[in-house]
Amino acid sequence: MDAMFYVAAAVAILATVMVITRLNAVHALLYLIVSLLSVAVIFYTLGAPFIAALEVIIYAGAIMVLFVFVVMMLNLGPKTTEMERMWLVPRMWIGPCILSAILIAEVAYLLSRAGVAGKGTFSVGPKKVGMTLFGPYLIGVELASMLLLGALVGAYHLGKRERLEIQDVVDSDATRIASGGDLVRPGVGGPSRAA
Amino acid sequence: MLRLLWLIPAIPFASSIVLALVGARISKKIAAIIGVASIATSTVISILLTWSFLGSSLPKNSYTQVLWTWINVAGFHPRIAFYLDALSLVMILVVTFVSFLIHLYSAESMLESEGYSRFFAYMNLFVASMVTLLLADNLLLLYLGWEGVGLCSYLLIGFWYSDFKNGLAARKAFIVTRIGDTAMIVGLFLLFQHLGTLHIQELMRRATEQWPAGSALPIAAAALLLGGAVGKSAQLPLQTWLPDAMAGPTPTSALIHAATMVTAGVYLIARTHVLFTLAPPVQLAVAIIGAATLLLGGCSALTQPDIKRVLAYSTVSQIGYMFLALGVGAWAAGIFHFMTHAFFKSLLFLSAGVVIDAMHDEHNIFKMGGLRKELRLAFVAFLVAGCSLAGLPLITAGFYSKGLILSEAWSSPQGSAILWLAGVVGVFLTALYIFRVIFLVFFGEPKTPVTKRPAYKIKIPLVVLTVLSVVGGFVNLPPVLGDEPWFTRLLHTALPSVGQEHFGLLTEVRSEEFITLAFLVGLGLAYVLYHRRRQWVEVLVGNRAGKALHEFWFSGWGFDWYYDKLFVQPVMWFARVDKSDAVDTFYNGVADLNKLLYRGLRRTENGQVRWYAASIAAGTVVFVAIALFL
Amino acid sequence: MFALGLAGLLVRRNLIFTLMSIEVMLNAAGLAFVVAGAHWWQPDGQVIFIFILATAAAEVSVGLALLLQFHHQNKSLDADAASQMRG
Repeated sequence: MDAMFYVAAAVAILATVMVITRLNAVHALLYLIVSLLSVAVIFYTLGAPFIAALEVIIYAGAIMVLFVFVVMMLNLGPKTTEMERMWLVPRMWIGPCILSAILIAEVAYLLSRAGVAGKGTFSVGPKKVGMTLFGPYLIGVELASMLLLGALVGAYHLGKRERLEIQDVVDSDATRIASGGDLVRPGVGGPSRAA
Repeated sequence: MLRLLWLIPAIPFASSIVLALVGARISKKIAAIIGVASIATSTVISILLTWSFLGSSLPKNSYTQVLWTWINVAGFHPRIAFYLDALSLVMILVVTFVSFLIHLYSAESMLESEGYSRFFAYMNLFVASMVTLLLADNLLLLYLGWEGVGLCSYLLIGFWYSDFKNGLAARKAFIVTRIGDTAMIVGLFLLFQHLGTLHIQELMRRATEQWPAGSALPIAAAALLLGGAVGKSAQLPLQTWLPDAMAGPTPTSALIHAATMVTAGVYLIARTHVLFTLAPPVQLAVAIIGAATLLLGGCSALTQPDIKRVLAYSTVSQIGYMFLALGVGAWAAGIFHFMTHAFFKSLLFLSAGVVIDAMHDEHNIFKMGGLRKELRLAFVAFLVAGCSLAGLPLITAGFYSKGLILSEAWSSPQGSAILWLAGVVGVFLTALYIFRVIFLVFFGEPKTPVTKRPAYKIKIPLVVLTVLSVVGGFVNLPPVLGDEPWFTRLLHTALPSVGQEHFGLLTEVRSEEFITLAFLVGLGLAYVLYHRRRQWVEVLVGNRAGKALHEFWFSGWGFDWYYDKLFVQPVMWFARVDKSDAVDTFYNGVADLNKLLYRGLRRTENGQVRWYAASIAAGTVVFVAIALFL
Repeated sequence: MFALGLAGLLVRRNLIFTLMSIEVMLNAAGLAFVVAGAHWWQPDGQVIFIFILATAAAEVSVGLALLLQFHHQNKSLDADAASQMRG
């Protein structure tokens, strides 16, 4: 069990490093999926099989697929790869690496002070999780559902094409006033309303 | 009757306020009536009070009228209270009477000037302050009057303020007297700190009890008060402001800078004579200052072409006589000379004013001449006053007062032959310079035609003062000439009498003889040089030594030059050097620091997301570190 | 993992990578929670992880929609291009 944990952990870290250093977006996404899957394995070794499953299904399955769809939609070609190469000079890595290193050091210090070492790989089953969800954390569940609803509505609105056209707003002030629209509600008519 | 005392300062003060508030809207006639009538009322009340005072016998020969307590804090409670004794009685009588005559004069002479009611407002305020000064029963109220007269002096010297030079003269007067005032206020602090009161009589009593004669404290206090007196009375070394103060209107010069304000210093020393008695070195300094100033003034008056400047230096010189009297302990003699000086000096100024007006505002005596036929009254007035000033024997007031001073200077225990000699030389110089003016202005060929003659409002004061310049001395006849020292006897109820060491009838006669001799020599020399052989004067001044001496005396013995080099130039240099204010750099530095910080912080807001994320991360790191390690 | 995600967030200019780094960080936070829950034998860690998952999903959808708009506006995915709110 321990060995599996360490292997999965190594894979996760390696994959994450790959994620943040790739030039091609799709490559990075694939590495990210690998990272997520190895984290799922870690969850399983920790005795949370339900969460491991959830990680694979929702995170690696739905969210990453969403990412892939968007990347495909954006059609980022070799030109972006070139730009990435230009942007990712080693000099850029210095500052963030220092910050992250200090952060790791602090957290490590914190953990070492806590004096842990209670080893229990006792599995916490899904049943217990479910009971806790619908018991003490009921309000959290409701809030999460409202959050998802908000995200749904927001994503729908933000994804529409004819909105938030800054050029349009600047050019068609007159038409806007004439058509009675403003930034929140689109006006009716107007010659520059392109689809 | 004595209860009317407070009205003497109050009425002029009230009229000054009235004139200040509504003066612009009332006619000149009404303004003059208000201005003159208030002083007339004060004069009448003074005369009534004199009657009452002399008639009654009061405890301690004084009367105090308390109005209210001014300040009451931590054991310091000066009152608004007026103290009437022989000294202050004589002084307010002279001041109000002469002020009344001068106000009457100026009602006519100031008619052509703009700011008529403003003039009367200032003059009334001046009289109110002067009377407050004289009647004050504590030094703080005295200082209030002191400052008041200083203010009015400034306002009146710079009366015609549209001419910048007048403003400069006013400023110079104010600043120089300020130096004296500062010394005086420090003296007041010292007195209060050590004796615990500023009430004059009480102060004198405590000083005699607690301070041994000749110790450091009375010397310091007396020296500081002397500093104030020297400033206000234009004595050495603060005499430079008085000649320039002639820029003001002639009635102002007559009232303030001849008869009243400049004698405030004399009054102060006489009032606090106990302190000076307790500090013999300072009293000696008073005498020496007096002697030196009277010679300086006399020499300088000899060289001035401006008639008013001659009279200004003459005032400086005559007050030197008063200081000399105070310095040798002849307190009453000093006050006697003050009284006669008020009469003849204001008369000199008023008649000089008539002459100047008649000469169409010409001040230079070398451009005048032969006026004794044209301006008869002015001639007689000026002549009588000039004789009184010089001390024409037996028939002028000045003779008696000056004679008294000089005989005391000889015979007093603090007097000495040198001081007496200085006084006699002063008599010679006085006769010389005043008859120089008389011969140049009133005799000889007419040089400028007469354009204006005075009317009754001017004539009456001239006549009255002429009479007083003659008879004013008869109130105090010395032993050899009648022995009726009525005036000094009156004053000795308030001031100590002087000891008579080397006295004798013979000494008195001798002294009078020498004075007469000096007078005649001066008169004769003036006659020769300025009436008969004017070319000799050219010769005297023409050669190098004579020219240098002339220049030296003309500039008032170079004091203006010293002070310019010593004080004015360094301050101006410093102001130039510190043009971008050194103290301001600190405050500008604070603003600049803020601007620097702003510019620095501005660069952290560059609109880039990654930068903001980095700053959040950095902040987190810092906070975690703080939470961990602190 | 969190530090790696933070580094990636700070370095990459392309917005997609930024979002990916955020996902990495969320994942790492969730991992920490689950580990804590497993340590104390409580289901609370897993419950929190579920909430984190929901949050990540919501955030990703809205973020990607914004990203599409951004791309449409600026024709590139450069994060530094959107610095009009500088001081």
